[in-house]
Amino acid sequence: MINYIIKRLLYVLPVLVGVNILTFVLFFVVNTPDDMARMQLGDKHVSQAAVDNWKLQRGYNLPLLWNEQETGFAKAKKTIFFEKSVGLFFFDLGISDNGRDIVADISQRMWPSLAIAIPSLIFGVLANITFALLLIFYRGNFLEFGGLFICIVLMSISGLFYIIAGQYFVGKLLALTPISGYAPGADAFKFIILPVLIGIVGGLGSGVRWYRTLFLEESVKDYIRTAKAKGLSSLQILFKHVLKNAMIPILTGIVVVLPLLFMGSLITESFFGIPGLGSYTIDAISSQDFAIVRSMVFLGSFLYIIGLLLTDISYTLVDPRVRLD
Amino acid sequence: MTSLFKKFITLCSFAILLFLLGCSDTTLNNPYVQNEDVGKVIYTSFTERPKHLDPAKAYSSNEYAIIAQVYEPLFQYHYLKRPYQLEPLLAKSMPLVSYFDKQGRLLSKEALAVEIAYSEYTISIKNNIKFQPHPSFNTQLHKVLPADWESESIYELPQATRLLTSDDFIYQIKRLADPATQSPIAGLMANYIVGFSEFSNKQSALTKLYPQMRKAQRLQSENIIGVQKIDDQKFTIQIKGKYPQFINWLAMPFFSPMPWEADEFYAHKALEEKNITLDWFPVGTGPYFLFENNPNRRMVLLKNPNFHADYYPSEGSDGAREKGLLTDAGKKLPLTDKVIFSLEKESIPYWNKFIQGYYDSSGISSDSFDQAVSFSASGDVGLTDNMLQRGIGLQTAVTTSSYYLGFNMLDEVIGGYSERAKKLRHAISIVMDYEEYISIFQNGRGVPAQSIIPPGIYGHRDGEKGMNSVVYMWENGLSRRSINEAKELLVQAGYPNGIDQKTSKPLVLYFDTMDSGPDSKARLNWLRKQFNKLNIQLVIRGTDYNRFQEKMRGGHAQMFMWGWNADYPDPENFLFLLYGKNAKSLHGGENAANYQNSEFDTLFEKMSTMENTLERQDIINKMIEISQQDAPWVWGFHPKAFSLHHAWYKNANPNLMANNKTKYINIIPSLRKAYQSKRNQPVFWPLFLAFLVIICLLVPAYLIYRRFERATAL
Repeated sequence: MINYIIKRLLYVLPVLVGVNILTFVLFFVVNTPDDMARMQLGDKHVSQAAVDNWKLQRGYNLPLLWNEQETGFAKAKKTIFFEKSVGLFFFDLGISDNGRDIVADISQRMWPSLAIAIPSLIFGVLANITFALLLIFYRGNFLEFGGLFICIVLMSISGLFYIIAGQYFVGKLLALTPISGYAPGADAFKFIILPVLIGIVGGLGSGVRWYRTLFLEESVKDYIRTAKAKGLSSLQILFKHVLKNAMIPILTGIVVVLPLLFMGSLITESFFGIPGLGSYTIDAISSQDFAIVRSMVFLGSFLYIIGLLLTDISYTLVDPRVRLD
Repeated sequence: MTSLFKKFITLCSFAILLFLLGCSDTTLNNPYVQNEDVGKVIYTSFTERPKHLDPAKAYSSNEYAIIAQVYEPLFQYHYLKRPYQLEPLLAKSMPLVSYFDKQGRLLSKEALAVEIAYSEYTISIKNNIKFQPHPSFNTQLHKVLPADWESESIYELPQATRLLTSDDFIYQIKRLADPATQSPIAGLMANYIVGFSEFSNKQSALTKLYPQMRKAQRLQSENIIGVQKIDDQKFTIQIKGKYPQFINWLAMPFFSPMPWEADEFYAHKALEEKNITLDWFPVGTGPYFLFENNPNRRMVLLKNPNFHADYYPSEGSDGAREKGLLTDAGKKLPLTDKVIFSLEKESIPYWNKFIQGYYDSSGISSDSFDQAVSFSASGDVGLTDNMLQRGIGLQTAVTTSSYYLGFNMLDEVIGGYSERAKKLRHAISIVMDYEEYISIFQNGRGVPAQSIIPPGIYGHRDGEKGMNSVVYMWENGLSRRSINEAKELLVQAGYPNGIDQKTSKPLVLYFDTMDSGPDSKARLNWLRKQFNKLNIQLVIRGTDYNRFQEKMRGGHAQMFMWGWNADYPDPENFLFLLYGKNAKSLHGGENAANYQNSEFDTLFEKMSTMENTLERQDIINKMIEISQQDAPWVWGFHPKAFSLHHAWYKNANPNLMANNKTKYINIIPSLRKAYQSKRNQPVFWPLFLAFLVIICLLVPAYLIYRRFERATAL
């Protein structure tokens, strides 16, 4: 397995180089360094000299990919691509174009994102699995039809509606939780209840239907019939056998997103005033901050690859038949 | 199953208990942590994190909302007097301005602008002004930070202060000139301050020669010829020619004093890695200091213990006394102890929290406009009964801004100065029904513009005298000219019924915009509808921000919508938008329409250096008339700002020029507390109801389960 992990980690390098090149090309097809300078300097009284000075100070005065004026390796080295990209591979994310340390920003903003994402994921998965198993249990019954109908209704409603309605009913009419806001430490509790609750309810419809499909497939297999014949109770069959054997697709869905949890959620964080990473990349794209965009895309792709690797490893833990060679 | 049911009930009870423990406030929905509202606190918000809090770089209203409370320039706008009036802030008195000719001979005050080679501003500053307590004044920290300091707050380091001197103003002007600072006004100031460019060039050279040289040392190693220290309390600034508006720049945060120690202190790499830089943690003399700065969550200003003697004004205009704005006259400023700015990106949560009493004041978004504002039968603006019952007050003010539709005067069809082109533009100006636009898209919050100068700025005229006779006529008030008149003008222009007589083809015009999304679709449809009145086909050319800016710089756009906010209350700051030497595509200036009229330009050059006299008004009138006839813009509208305040928020007064308004605001905490308690009583019964519903659902589920478990296979 160790060989497999090393091999997979070595694959990471060319993937990251490719992602980096793609991000760079896509970004600079849309924005030139002049555009970036004008965006940072504002609309008023901006002269070309100020634009040139901004580029010089930030290192955007170099050619993008190839420097004809240099010789040898410097032709590739003295370029925006090289100067801005190499550090990434050593996790030196550098300074954003408006002068803030990116690592410091990420390490400050990831905790509020995690404070929302982790409970939403854990309680969400638990709720989805529980309701999906109950639907299986009451298969063919009016409770199943009722449950599926509710799932369809929940799926049909926009996520934004849950947020606005939740804030209105829970925060405003019932005055039980703050409408928005955040505080670090233990004080965070009252601020995360509502977004977590909304996250769980908002994901319930599709989540329950997805897990139900997985469990349905398992529930008609021979070993279930055997378990029934042995006299096991329905709850034991569902929670001990069906659930355990449906773990592979469940893990695929969960483990792969684990490393990405800290990236946050754009809409939830915007509406609830959560100082997380959800809007970090979007804000950077709209303010044409290449330093942040490249760092976040790099980090995102790296974590995704790590997530996939963890998923593979987790298969061996839940299914003894799987071997990583 | 019974034990499982018991476990479920226990878990639910535990969750509710934990919830109640977590929210041990009397108001569970209070979005602030406990014990934070000690003393008088202002609760406000910001929608996006400021780009800069360095006064040499900041140039946006959201940045000024913070730094204008921390930094103080030499002058400020009187809070209550109208028209806007400058008064000394850190300066002892208004500056002594002297004029000199090319030979350096002193000229009289009445000297013509062409005779003046340079103007000299002699400025004396107040005595005994102290900076806020700050670790940068502890010079031991310049070399090394304490090894055991691991906090995120610099205010846990030993602090000190010192007296303000003229060196601090001079140092800041050097920072403006330093290319490394990247001040947005560096290019503009290079045109005015003597020796500014030369200093800038020298700094570039020094940076190249000695890249390791510390910034403070580098800036102090050279002097700007036009900025001279006389003594610790006095200095002079020399300006090329005559530029009376320079004093308005001296009232902006750009010219706030900056201690050299700040640059020394923030040079530590360890601080930079924590995002603790001068760009994020200001060092000023103002009424507050920035104690906490998490631009992703909140920023907290605390009262500056070293703040100098500054008192609430005891006189004002426009019925200030009747409005209760002089109740705190003579009291020492600031009137509050703390200001909390919370990040609030979306308007709906902000509005709900304002209604709950957790924000003190609010603008009105179109989502909540009908909840807040009602119009009487006569068109007067008032508050709805709901707002009045809550004790909320409304203030309105026409902003010193202009939003307009511009014609590119270099364009072959719509531009130019021929009668044909002018009449085409006049016809379009008539059919662009901005009264309708304001009603639909601004909820009535705006005033149709008659000229480039908005109300509140010297040179603006109300009533018939200020009317744009090209578009309006006076019939018991302003009345827009009819569409028939516009059609007649179109015929005279050679486009009868929207057909070009020369080519017999329909007239097609192009509108360049970077607007996109559903909101702008309605606006663009409205625009098409206006041109349809003349049977002119309008093609919308949507583009992104970068390409739009590029088109504007290259002079490739035919028509566009743009706006301008006043930097300072002088007509020059608006009329320069039509000055030929500022043409965007020709000279890179702010004249986006590329309008050039030699008569207008000559009058502008004369007017810009004049005091506000009747002669100046006459010249402005003439300039406005010329521009109305040439019609490089459809003059658009001046937005009206509506703001709501709770009853405990005192002394709010619309002042569109002052940025340092927070120090005048007073708060009555007891009123706020009572309102919050009354309006935010938690309602628990729906929770119990939901609990009962769940139990009711569980019972049949349990019964089915039991029946299923006990059933036999056959």
